[in-house]
Amino acid sequence: MSILAQDRTRAEIRLEDAALSLDGPLLVLKREIECGLHDAVEVLDDNGQSRLGRVVALRPDAIVVDIHASGRDLPISGLRARFHGAPLNFGVGPGLLGRILDGTGAPIDGGPPLAVVEERSVNGAPINPVARDLPVDFIETGVTAIDLLNALVRGQKLPLFSGGGMPHDRLAIRIAEHARLLGERDEAFALVFAGIGVSHTTAALFRNAIEESGALERTVMFLNLADESSAQRLLAPRYALTAAEYLAFTEGLHVLVVMTDMTSYCEALREVSAGHGEIPARKGYPGYMYSDLASLFERAGRIRGCSGSLTQLPILTMPGDDITHPIPDLTGYITEGQIVLDRGLHRKGIEPPIAVLPSLSRLVDQGIGEGFTDVDHPALSAQLYAAYARTRQVRLLASVVGEEGLSEGDRAYLEFGDAFEQRLIAQDAPRSLAESLEIGWDVLRALPAGDLTRLSDEQLARHHVKSTETGDG
Amino acid sequence: MSGASARIVQVGGPVLRAETDGVFRSNEAVEVGHQRLIGEVLRLDGNQIVVQVFEETAGLKPGDPVTGTGRPLSVRLGPGLLGGIFDGLLRPLTGSDESFIEPGFTIAAAGRVPFTPVVETGDELTEGQAFGKVVREGRPDLLCMVPPGISGKVESIASAGDVDETETVCKLAEEDGTSHELSCSQVWPVRDPRPARRRLPASGPLITGQRIMDTLFPVARGGRAALPGGFGTGKTILQQSVAKWCDADIIIYVGCGERGNEMAEVLREFPELEDPRTGRPLSERSVIIANTSNMPVAAREASIYTGVTVAEYFRDMGFDVAMLADSTSRWAEALREISGRLGELPAEAGYPAYLGSRKAEFYERAGRTEALSGAVGSVTLIGAVSPPGGDFSEPVTLYTQRNVRCFWPLDRERARARFYPAIHPLQAYSEDADELGQWWREQGYPEWDGHRRRLLELLGEQVQLERMARIVGKDTLPAPQQLALLNAELANEAFLRQSAMSDVDAFCTPERQIAMMRTLMRFIDRSHSALEGGMTVAGIAGLPLLRRVRRMGEEIGNDEVERFEKLQADIDAALASSGVVESGTESKSETEAGQETAT
Repeated sequence: MSILAQDRTRAEIRLEDAALSLDGPLLVLKREIECGLHDAVEVLDDNGQSRLGRVVALRPDAIVVDIHASGRDLPISGLRARFHGAPLNFGVGPGLLGRILDGTGAPIDGGPPLAVVEERSVNGAPINPVARDLPVDFIETGVTAIDLLNALVRGQKLPLFSGGGMPHDRLAIRIAEHARLLGERDEAFALVFAGIGVSHTTAALFRNAIEESGALERTVMFLNLADESSAQRLLAPRYALTAAEYLAFTEGLHVLVVMTDMTSYCEALREVSAGHGEIPARKGYPGYMYSDLASLFERAGRIRGCSGSLTQLPILTMPGDDITHPIPDLTGYITEGQIVLDRGLHRKGIEPPIAVLPSLSRLVDQGIGEGFTDVDHPALSAQLYAAYARTRQVRLLASVVGEEGLSEGDRAYLEFGDAFEQRLIAQDAPRSLAESLEIGWDVLRALPAGDLTRLSDEQLARHHVKSTETGDG
Repeated sequence: MSGASARIVQVGGPVLRAETDGVFRSNEAVEVGHQRLIGEVLRLDGNQIVVQVFEETAGLKPGDPVTGTGRPLSVRLGPGLLGGIFDGLLRPLTGSDESFIEPGFTIAAAGRVPFTPVVETGDELTEGQAFGKVVREGRPDLLCMVPPGISGKVESIASAGDVDETETVCKLAEEDGTSHELSCSQVWPVRDPRPARRRLPASGPLITGQRIMDTLFPVARGGRAALPGGFGTGKTILQQSVAKWCDADIIIYVGCGERGNEMAEVLREFPELEDPRTGRPLSERSVIIANTSNMPVAAREASIYTGVTVAEYFRDMGFDVAMLADSTSRWAEALREISGRLGELPAEAGYPAYLGSRKAEFYERAGRTEALSGAVGSVTLIGAVSPPGGDFSEPVTLYTQRNVRCFWPLDRERARARFYPAIHPLQAYSEDADELGQWWREQGYPEWDGHRRRLLELLGEQVQLERMARIVGKDTLPAPQQLALLNAELANEAFLRQSAMSDVDAFCTPERQIAMMRTLMRFIDRSHSALEGGMTVAGIAGLPLLRRVRRMGEEIGNDEVERFEKLQADIDAALASSGVVESGTESKSETEAGQETAT
């Protein structure tokens, strides 16, 4: 995989005046030359302007090229195509950090061209499951609802499921700023930001926030803005992940990749698929959307013998706040959990508005507990979940029969639920894990010890002593 | 090898068309391009063939060669499979230093195995019979069998010693003079079920170690079960728990289009964990087939067949094999994708019309059989299903449900409360349960049927009562109904909940399941008597003992089952302390249980 750039690009072949038809981004060329499936193609119009595309199908007499930039304002005669003889590659090298690039890896910060050490296929290659190292290193994000209840570990892919108008960008920035191993700030970290179909405002927001935190020189930004071609949206995360893989597995850095907004990505995928005339599956999205998303998300992980890691924090806005919509649904089947933001909590002024019940981190059991965080961390988390789930039932009951109609035991859950949301989930400033744990034990004290069946007697004795009224047990 | 050759004329995604100058057969395995990617002929069309490729097709060009192998898509089955990890086409993933998988990677050299002959020159052998075995310390003894369709007199047999899996160790001569060279391994086409002499009825349950499965919805050895659930409901953890703790001899774990990090977890845990019955590392009884979601789609489709073929191979040696497939929905999606590329007319939700028959064919490969050699073995299939949006009315779940006998749907609400396993006790069912009652009775648990039915009734009643409580308030319900709510909550918390992460409770022996069920039933019986005797529901709910019953799964381990007797005695004492429970109640409830069993 370390064939140098020069070797590959030298295999260029040109084809002139060979266009047969142009339909949207799909360009059909006469098959006058040999080329491989998925080879990169540069299409040059009569003004010499070049657009990137790739070979999507080879027919007996034709080559079908998908132009990643828009297919607008192209003539069909006088068109030239330059074949790279290799799949789309991205030249990566040590100068990546601190740069701002477009969706296809070209600098847009006015800086010099990138120094290329190695050309890599932007599609990556699947990590051999045997070569994977299990993600176990707990990342302290400073957010209690994540650290305490849905811990993130290095090498995980944990998306934020959000909705329009909710503060997912702010939460992602907060996590990126604070993320560290317990207690220490690791120097070998890097942030890769992929803006997929983001507005200029969002791009600026991220840029400013990263600049303020002083991490800009440890960051690479890939920006595909909302007014750029949708086919290019499919490339931005691939370029970003190729850079991230290089930083993680070649330079040995701990890389956090923030990708926003995956919904724009999926919509672009649908647009391109419809352009190809493919049979759609659900809601017009192509049947291979699961595999396609997996080819991005599965690039997270750790590899044995590599000191670095690649952690993903994709953001998606659920269309109509519907978690069963194909985009969040397929994402949830691939990623290792999800952090769900809730409009109801947001309306109540609880920031960050993380709905803990539908949120989940699958790797949590590997990263917390004895030897990782705190010995009682898993039990505390399980108990908080059980109690908060019960709170939901009690609230439902109270909404019908009124608070007066509740038993005393049930009323304690209303009190607990309010404390849980307002003191544990809501927070103004980042908290250390120790602080988060302390708050967790504290809010549980609203409940009698007899109800806390997820905790052992020893754990109760250690942490539940201040309880006012134990009732029994 | 037929060696028929063809040239690619058209390629797009995982499907290509090639022009032939030889004879290809439908479903023949082919090698594609200079990297010799593995493919399969899907259609014959005049002098052209349509091929699906199981590997990444980027870089293929028209004009590239396609070569026939002369046989259907096949895998090599040998004793060396045990303990290994393979891709969807049964190529070993270990042994390569590369961290990333490149297309066309070659098959590792055949492993060496310690061979011991069990026949002598001149012996008559028929199909399926063993001519040798592979004995490795602590591992199950594996047989080297005559492949189906072959028989004859032993002409020569190798002496004991280490041999290559592909090396000829036995020569058979048929009466007409044809001779066969046999090695420890054999090649078998994955889409054809391996033959057996006959199918046998179920004889006992596959003990999974999960209480809700074993006690309420048991699956027979040789049965078929489905585990559908939306994302985050705990399918994978539950599949892994069953793979770790179930009492099958051999486990085939197929990760079909799932997460790489989860496979990494299996790979790390299996060698470390001990089989609770043999004390040997779990990896020694397992074959892991890993096709993660970013590996090629078509291989995902093949991996299911590969897995079940390996399972049948060990079944034919006389083992009870459990195959866990996570997730069969990805297989269905792979079918859909290939079907779309072929331009086939879609049926429901874009899936091809033959999805139902493919599912039926697959699940029919489960069963308890008498092998050609006479050995009795079984293949139990447990498939996870990932319905889009957690909607169980989608085609894959429906077709699966039609073909399985045990249905273990996972409930999102339970999962969100971190109540695991999140199997919904009112939606789940087991058609095997009636036949398996006998087994539980033989374990000294005649009340099994009665207890099981009472528990299910109680959980059903809970839903109705909760609905009613929402209208009139809990306190207005009559006392017996309030008590039923308390007991139902207790049944969930004390018996159905079982943490896969717990050191004590991750796995529950049948003896302990019986003891826990009896403890629960004792509490329910005694609490009703206590209520009749004048104790209040609040009084019962306030008993400190309740916390001990709720936590009994966490507190009392598999090796201290006798402690449940103490707990039961404490229940008697606590609920009799109001002075109303007479000694006669004991025999009364036993009689009741007996009557229920009889009905």
